[in-house]
Order: sequence, then structure tokens, then C-alpha cells
Amino acid sequence: MKIGPFVFRIRSEINGVTVGLVTLYADYPVLDSSHFVDYTVTIAKGSGLRRWVRRQAIFQFDGFEPFIPLPEDHAFPLLEWAMNWCVSMHANHYLLLHSAVIEREGCSVIMPAPPGSGKSTLCAALVHRGWRLLSDELALISLNDTSLVPFGRPISLKNASIGIIRDFVPGAVFSRVVNDTSKGSVAHLKVPEEHLLRIDEMARPRWVVFPKYVPGSDAHLVKRSKANSLLELGKNSFNYMVLGRTGFEVLSRLLDESDCYDFSYSRLDDAVAIFDDLVARRDA
Amino acid sequence: MSGDVLSSVWSEPNRRPVLSLRDWEALLGQARQSRLLARLALHYFDRGWLSDVPAAVLPHLEGGMRLAARQQHEVRWEADCISRALACLSTPVVLLKGAAYVMASLPPARGRLFADIDIMVDQKNIGAVESALFGAGWISDERDEYNQRYYRQWMHEIPPLRHVQRNTFIDLHHTITPPTSRFNVDGKILHANKVAIDGFPGLYVLAPVDMVLHSAVHLFQDGEFSYGMRDLLDLNDLLLHFGLRETFWPELLERSEVLGLGIPLYHALFHIKRLLGTSLPSHFVDRLEGLGPNKLTRFWMAWALGLALQPRHPSSSSHWSGLARWLLFVRSHMLRMPFYLVIPHLVRKAWMRRFPKEPHTEADIREGLK
Repeated sequence: MKIGPFVFRIRSEINGVTVGLVTLYADYPVLDSSHFVDYTVTIAKGSGLRRWVRRQAIFQFDGFEPFIPLPEDHAFPLLEWAMNWCVSMHANHYLLLHSAVIEREGCSVIMPAPPGSGKSTLCAALVHRGWRLLSDELALISLNDTSLVPFGRPISLKNASIGIIRDFVPGAVFSRVVNDTSKGSVAHLKVPEEHLLRIDEMARPRWVVFPKYVPGSDAHLVKRSKANSLLELGKNSFNYMVLGRTGFEVLSRLLDESDCYDFSYSRLDDAVAIFDDLVARRDA
Repeated sequence: MSGDVLSSVWSEPNRRPVLSLRDWEALLGQARQSRLLARLALHYFDRGWLSDVPAAVLPHLEGGMRLAARQQHEVRWEADCISRALACLSTPVVLLKGAAYVMASLPPARGRLFADIDIMVDQKNIGAVESALFGAGWISDERDEYNQRYYRQWMHEIPPLRHVQRNTFIDLHHTITPPTSRFNVDGKILHANKVAIDGFPGLYVLAPVDMVLHSAVHLFQDGEFSYGMRDLLDLNDLLLHFGLRETFWPELLERSEVLGLGIPLYHALFHIKRLLGTSLPSHFVDRLEGLGPNKLTRFWMAWALGLALQPRHPSSSSHWSGLARWLLFVRSHMLRMPFYLVIPHLVRKAWMRRFPKEPHTEADIREGLK
């Protein structure tokens, strides 16, 4: 299966994996065996007694197990985490940020944020209000020209966010909600088909927005210094240290081209309006 | 199935392997698994072969080279930090393995990836060195009292020390093999011949022959063979480099007898010859044969190591390699300690693995959930 610049081979006997793939990945191209596969991901069943009692799902890669086994019921979220892991640990030909990326009229917003800041919720809302999804989890930044490379995969939503987006996006397609994971309840939201048709279309960086969900607050967009943003993005990156000087140079160029903001919000409609406004006054 | 494509790259180093895309997938996987991705990438780079590599494969090799370049830089930085942390002690510090290859600019340094830095100091100074490192930010994460005691009482090293800010690891040794081992080596004899590293006062590496013997004995030491091929390539590089000196081979054989490491040297050279084609000058072959174990041991060790040295990747592993690794694991423990120590230890280890005191869910999975 081809997802943006990467080809995955997914192996699993677990029904939950199949159902998740059919629900969320039906629109991605499946390649024949003449293509090179970047990452082979196996979600295996537990062995021995664990095949029958307290069944497990185990992520295997290159013959080892990068994560501890999870209950079989968590197999589909495990697959999603496993695919993130493959890219974040190995794709050192990009600068990788733990960040959502969305685009409109060729200009993108990078939204780095720690878990719990509402990044994915905001991203899910915006991609159903005129923004194109590049990625919900991983910003892939080209080392040659700082272009942002789409890696559009289902958006991971947790706990209350699942209901909020269900209400905000009528007709949204979700994977089955899995409860009691280490992140609480998790469900994945399908990427709109028209976004996938443009998955090979790169975008230019224009804004870096650090979102923060503050219950009951109005929406505030506050300018932030580029120097401080660079430090924060460096910390937020998976491979900034691996890339050394190249990483610093790419990040500096990216920030030269971008306006940086802190953004706090509680209502998605306010957020949509503020992001629309960013685009409207971008040349001002 | 592609089989062991990894070792075929180095068996004829100047012949470019003919690889299908499936073979490339297996080769990259095996190389990642054996910590040889960067070395593989540089092997292609040095020979000008990168232009013939399929476009889809290239980013993987490029990523490997970036990782290697960064790690070399980091090792130098860490070595400098260690030397500054210990400057007040005036205790000579001998760098071992990867860090030694980098700091002494030896051939195996090229493309080598690192998990930790191994250093060796005189046994009587272990406590002082540990305190000085603690003062500079390296702490022991080993909370389990049994493990702490096991290391300190029976092993040639103390539990790994982690730097609280950089998350880098140091293994602090006082010799190269466990004191209870059949192949025990007195650290003082190694210290006597150490070689200073230019520009880093207080830092040393082992003498060439000792470095080779350590590399050979290390192959069999942890008994898990996860990086067997990497260790063999390290050793091969050292042999090709030091072997240019006329005095090297006789010194090596003599030293292996002095240190009692003839058997590990014999096994290592056997598989280096088999997989990489390097062998010692013909007039020393008889002397090496004399160092080897009895015929039966030779036979089963050749079989077991032949399997265990294959990459532990689904594309190249078989049921037999699992058995071979298990037998070698048991052997490594029997060599490490006498029976009356090893049996209770292995039982205890199996018990702790089965019923860990603190389930390490969070730390293990955090990586993937970022």
C-alpha cells in the first residue's frame, strides 16, 4: 500500500486489522509486487497459550518487537502507531517533526504540540472546513528545499474528541472505538478522498502555530518569536539531533519563511474563522 | 526467501551483488537488524555504486549514512565529556570497542553505530570513577538489588550508567571478561600495554593484539549474537589493518596463549575465513590449529556459529538458528561461571523475565506513541 512517499507491506491474521484497513484505507493505491517496499509491518497474534486466552497483538519489525504486546482488541491502533514508528525511526532523509500539517492555496500550517493540546482535534476540524490534510502526526520536511511532503493517514482522536468531531463533521467515517489503551479511548477518522487524490502534491511552509486547548476560552492568536519557535521545533523533532547541522539549517530556512503563533481556543468554529483569516490576510 | 544476503556483500567486497527489489528489502532489513545499515551504505558509497542503486532504495542508505556521521560526532563528544569528568582522578581510562576505534581512527570506526561507550579502569578505582561520573551526570538505572549485586560481585563491569540529560550510556569495566569465566583475563596485564590517544590526556586504547583478542572474545561473550556479523567485520578490519605489520601475527598468537584466549581466537578466525576470506599467513596456521578445542567441539561450534552468525531477520532465520543460538547462550553462561553459580542465576533470570516486578509498559511503548 502506497501512502505518500512510503510503501508499506502490512501482514496480519487479526480481524480487527482487516476491518480497520477496509474502513479507512480503501482509497489508497495498492501496488503489485514489482515495487519496492519501504517498511514491512507485521501485527502478529500472541503465541502459545496467548493465542487463545487473553489474546495479544504484537508489532514485529525486522524480526524484533519494538513495543510490548497489547491486547488483541488494540490491534488496529497498534498498526497505526507501528506505521508512525517505522517512519519516525528511519526516514532520516527528511526532517521529521511530531506535528500536524494542513494546507490551503499552496500554503501550510505546521501545528506541533504535545499530546493533550488538542492538535488532532483541531486538525480534524480544519480539514473538513477547506484545509487539505498533509499529516496528522508527522511533518516530513524535504532537506533540499523545505517543502512539506504529504503523509496523509487517518487522524487519531482520543476520548471526548471522538464525540466532538462526530458532531462537527456529519457523515465522518471512524474506525471502531478502542477503549482502555494507554491513551484512553482511541478512534481513527478517515481521510476525505479528495485529499488522497492530491497526496503527491507538496506544499510550502507559511505558518507555524502552537495550538493549545483551554476550556471555556475565546480564541487567541499571539505572535511568537522565531528563535523560541526554532528551539521548540528542535525539541519536538524525531531526528533533529541525527541531522546535526543540516537539521538546524533546514529548520532555520523553514522559519525564515514562516510566521509563528501561539494559539489558544476552546470552540472549533472560532478556530476555523481565525485560520480563514490567516489565509485572507497572508499578503498584508 | 532471500537468505543471508548481508554477509554475501562482504564475502567478495569488490563485486557488486546482483539484487532484486525483494533482495534489497531483505538486505536493508538484515542490515538494520545487525546495526550495519550505515556500514552497508558507506560500502556502496566508497565503491561508487550508489548511482546504480534503485531510486527507492537510495533514501534508506542515505539515512544510514546520516546516522553514522552523527554518531561519530557524538562519540567524540562523549569521550571528551568522560575525559573531563575523570580529569581530577588521574586514573588512566581505556576506551574499548567502538569508542576506541573512533578515537584511535581505526578502520572499523567507519560507518559504525553505537549503543553505548565502553571504558575500562583499574579495578581498585571503579568506585572513585563511578562517583566522578555520577558527579558529571551519569547515574545507574539498575534498581533491582539482585542485578546490582550480580554485576558487582561476578561481572567484569558494573550496571550501565546513563547520562541524565543526554541519555547516553557508559559501560564501566575493570577487565574484558568475567572474573569467574574460563577465559578470565587480569585487567592489570591489559593496562600494562595500553596505548595513549593523541590529544586526549588520560584516554587510552588497548594494544593492537589485545584489541583483536577482545573483539574475538566479545563475539562469544553476551551469547546472543545479535550483532555477530558486525563484530566479525570489526575484527576483520582490525586484522587487515594491523596484519600489515610483520610482527603482528606471531605477537597475536603468543598473546592469546598468555591471556588464555586461544579458543575464542580460533573460532573467530575460522568464521572470518569462511565468511570474509581473511586468513592468517600460512606458516602460522599450524600454531592456530594447536590453540583450537578438541575435534567434537570444533565440529558443533562450527555448525552452531555458522547458524547464529546469520542475521536475525525473518528473511534469513530458520528453526535451526534458534536452537543454535540457545545452545550458544547456554554455553556462554557455562563459560562465564561455574555450574553452582550459573544454574541458580539462570533460574532467577527466567523467573524475573516471567514475573517482572514493575511492568515496563510506559517506557517501552513511549517511543512508539510519540
